[in-house]
Amino acid sequence: MRHWLDSPASETQITHGQRLWLYIFSGVVMILLVAPTLIVIPMSFSASQYLEFPPENWSTRWYEHYLNSPEWMSATFTSLKAAALTSLIATPLGVMAAYGLHTSSFRFSQMIFVLLITPMMVPLILIAIGAFYVYVKLQLLYTLTGLVLAHTVLALPLVLIVTGSALQSYDMNQELAARSLGAPRWKAFLTVTLPQIRFAVITSALLAFLTSFDEVIVAMFISGGDNATLTRSMFNALRDQIDPTIASISTVMIAITSALMVVSQVMGGGKR
Amino acid sequence: MAVAVDSSALKQIDASDMHEEGLKRDAQYERLALLGLCSPALLLVMIVLIVPVGWLFFVSFIGADGQFSLENYERMINRKSYRRILYTTFEVSVLTTVICICIGYPFAYFLSQLPRRAANLCLIAVLLPFWTSLLVRTYAWLVLLQKRGLVNEWAIGMGLWDEPIKIVHNMTGTLIGMAHIMLPFLILPVYSSMKAIDRDYLKAASNLGASPVRAFWTVFFPLSLPGLFAGSLIVFVLCLGFFVTPAVLGGGKVIMVSMKIASNIELFVNWGAASALGVVLLVLTIALLWIAARFVRLERLVGGH
Repeated sequence: MRHWLDSPASETQITHGQRLWLYIFSGVVMILLVAPTLIVIPMSFSASQYLEFPPENWSTRWYEHYLNSPEWMSATFTSLKAAALTSLIATPLGVMAAYGLHTSSFRFSQMIFVLLITPMMVPLILIAIGAFYVYVKLQLLYTLTGLVLAHTVLALPLVLIVTGSALQSYDMNQELAARSLGAPRWKAFLTVTLPQIRFAVITSALLAFLTSFDEVIVAMFISGGDNATLTRSMFNALRDQIDPTIASISTVMIAITSALMVVSQVMGGGKR
Repeated sequence: MAVAVDSSALKQIDASDMHEEGLKRDAQYERLALLGLCSPALLLVMIVLIVPVGWLFFVSFIGADGQFSLENYERMINRKSYRRILYTTFEVSVLTTVICICIGYPFAYFLSQLPRRAANLCLIAVLLPFWTSLLVRTYAWLVLLQKRGLVNEWAIGMGLWDEPIKIVHNMTGTLIGMAHIMLPFLILPVYSSMKAIDRDYLKAASNLGASPVRAFWTVFFPLSLPGLFAGSLIVFVLCLGFFVTPAVLGGGKVIMVSMKIASNIELFVNWGAASALGVVLLVLTIALLWIAARFVRLERLVGGH
């Protein structure tokens, strides 16, 4: 230990001992980053009306409450449906756009790219009230279709960027070879290019899913009635009081997110 | 005779020219067709985003009497409540950014000094909250900071303060929650810019007799500034448009621009006032992002690592 503390830590002559404060500080930061979210998990198994940590008595009553509530269940299914559909629509649209922009190198391609990633830059509240206004006219308000379309727009930039950067590091000559051997362009793409950028495409699909699943503000304005999302209901519940049911729902959301991350890591693991 | 030969040769040249032109045109068409692959995405973005935002822009210049007027913008300057909201938004954003810099910069430095493997492991701590739902994280802070919450309980147990203090449903709670959510947005660009700094410069500095502290401040710190600047700008911009966290953790005491926009629509159906605020928010956001983009590639933020 002593020896390690006195050993040089970097190119300059600073020792680990002199840097100890930095290590301690960073350890605390890491705990602060991760702990607050994770602490919700044990708390959700508390038996008491108030959320405690660690819980004195363990129970699953808040999960039962969640699972037996028709409103929460309907909101959960709406969110899952919307997220799945968003992923199913945004991924092909985004991959198509990324491929189109990559292969057709017009001068104004860059402009189209910027236009397509604006949803990432425009403040969400503006997108929300804008979509609200248009949906009233198009009679899409409070429909699943409307929600999915809006979330697709939010997810497109992520798909475009992730897939686009994969295409950039992919050697297009491989597709050219396939085509010179007689494959039509779409076939060359599907059988040669797509398998090689599949990790990026899977990541994109996952990001699209999460974008929709976690989104609050747009959903607050354009989802409602039977098609209210889970996040919308949670947000409204949070404004009123601290309902321990939310802890169980949060745990479920964390579980879903983590499961998706693990799936993408496992599927991407085959890349190398 | 000679003339005829010439003309046929000319014809041939013409034909090959035309052939080339045709090929060029074909290539052009193909590229256009490829570009057409963008059209479904583009159409959707147009309908859901560009057209409505354009319309909001237009509405912001229409007064209550239906004529062109600047009254929606004048209101922001004249009315005290609006000035207050703009001030609060600015205050919260600056404070959050400063907190993020104070915590995020040393942490990013720590990451940059670690060997690659260890750094990637520690990066998980940054990315894990990044991928967790914003609402869940905000809720977690609400639970931790409430009067009977863990923070109060532990602080009293350790003797930091005697009775439960109010740390949520006010500015403090808002800042804690927002800093927690924004930290990854600062750490990631700063870390990536620190990684790009050539370590040999530091070696040279210390070879020339600089103390470690001096080498850091005169060599490393200036080189890391572009990343820090971009990261801070991004955090600041994202704070400007924040809604969920101040709405939940602010308890109605911290009212930011986006919350005012929402209530203008939900409660008062006042599109003029809401859109004018929205336009100001949008212009600020785009301008600052544009500046940030000159220092760091914005796409890098989304990729995470």
